[in-house]
Amino acid sequence: MAFASSQQQSGKIVSTAPSARQWSSPLMVFLSFAALLLAWHAGATLWPSRSFPAPLLVLQTFISETASGDLPYNLAITLWRVAAAFFLAMVVGSVIGVLLGLYRRADQFFNPWVILFLNIPALVIIVLAYIWFGLNEAAAIGAVALNKIPNVVVTLREGTRALDPRYGEMAQVYRFSALDRLRHVLMPQLQPYIAAAARSGVSLIWKIVLVVELLGRSNGVGFQINLFFQLFDVAAILAYTLAFVAVMLFIELVVVQPLEHTSNRWRRRSA
Amino acid sequence: MNTHQIAGVGARLKVDIEEKAFRTSNGATIEVLRDLRFEVGQGEFACILGPSGCGKTTTLRILLGLDREYQGSVQLPGLSEASIGAVFQEPMLLPWRTVEQNVRLAMPKHLREANLDGLFSTLGLSKMRNFYPGELSLGLARRAAIARALAIEPDILLLDEPFVSLDEPTAQQLRHMLLSVWSERPTTALMVTHNLQEAIMLADRIIVLSDRPAHVIGTFDIRLPRNYRNEQVKADLLRSFNTRFAGPGGVP
Repeated sequence: MAFASSQQQSGKIVSTAPSARQWSSPLMVFLSFAALLLAWHAGATLWPSRSFPAPLLVLQTFISETASGDLPYNLAITLWRVAAAFFLAMVVGSVIGVLLGLYRRADQFFNPWVILFLNIPALVIIVLAYIWFGLNEAAAIGAVALNKIPNVVVTLREGTRALDPRYGEMAQVYRFSALDRLRHVLMPQLQPYIAAAARSGVSLIWKIVLVVELLGRSNGVGFQINLFFQLFDVAAILAYTLAFVAVMLFIELVVVQPLEHTSNRWRRRSA
Repeated sequence: MNTHQIAGVGARLKVDIEEKAFRTSNGATIEVLRDLRFEVGQGEFACILGPSGCGKTTTLRILLGLDREYQGSVQLPGLSEASIGAVFQEPMLLPWRTVEQNVRLAMPKHLREANLDGLFSTLGLSKMRNFYPGELSLGLARRAAIARALAIEPDILLLDEPFVSLDEPTAQQLRHMLLSVWSERPTTALMVTHNLQEAIMLADRIIVLSDRPAHVIGTFDIRLPRNYRNEQVKADLLRSFNTRFAGPGGVP
């Protein structure tokens, strides 16, 4: 009896702690956002100004811009640029990073280049890309990717240096095909580094994409924000910004996190 | 400089290493192997026994094709390219793949879909097929590594102290398991060990190495089938081994 009751008790203690946290976390997020909205609303009613619109006005602008089709169109254009620049930067950066991690000589030679490109301001790369390659889509996406590539190179170079050579030897002895080596030996070891590069990559790239659009494109969220800046339409600026942040949050929650969860499955249940 | 040649079916494992040296970081050379010559017959289970640090693992790395900086020649049994079932000192399972995926990934394409139920059940792994290596004890991970080595139906089995750092009952259980899976399809096998009792239990032939630079001091053949080797016989074998290899340069 005593054993059973103590087991029940300990079971209860163990089960309440995580479930309480799970229950409170979305509620906390909701409360926190609600408080922010309330403070915004209170501030906007206390000091009414064209440059500080109330949340409701922003919502109205969002709805009308969505209904007209402008917002979805520009959002889609920007998202496309983010995606293209992201994949370009990840692929090129990963390949260069792995090569520099594998070959010490190449690394010694190219390291100054990497440092140089890490320290060129994004604006300079964008302006030069537009001057040299014209105000076109390729120059825009290339400039954004070029801003991100050095980061990916540095992260993946570290990841490659941390590879365990014994897994490679095992794969060699058992004659893994090149594809199997890549899929089952190399990528899983690089996965944390790729995830880290991708994480910081998405947040960096979408900010730079807006600058690129502002400077040399005639559509996209960045272009629209510049337009509304000329018109001094703060409600529209906020509507576009919030819509875009919401989309990026959605991608983070629905794509990035579940993907990380799946690829780290083997880590969680260690004995 | 060296030849890592492979002969036709039925060929023996022939090792003839004239010299193998390592260069240390301060430029000095350490001679690890010197005139190391031995052979292992088809279907024979041989153990390499020697003091620790004498170059046993180096010899195995040469046989595995992981170290080609040596002078001499090595001949592996099997067809054009010998398939090697290797059991490393560490299990070296890919932690991000399950036990079964680890085994199947090592298998050549034409065996990939083979039925592994028998192998897994002999090794007591039937319930662990979908476990990740991180969820296994060292003993179970070693069994999975043995399963991987045998699943490829190798021409030669090379084992590097596969029972080290296990408690004695677990190690003994694993030795019996290894013997039963190996007996189902006896392949030429070479196991590195520093445990004489283990060698006497498993081997047809014990190859005794000297201290560095390693060469063969002598071989100790055990013609008695393994199932006749009871405690009394093993004690006798141990005694006769010790009288033969006693003295300086012998095995502790």
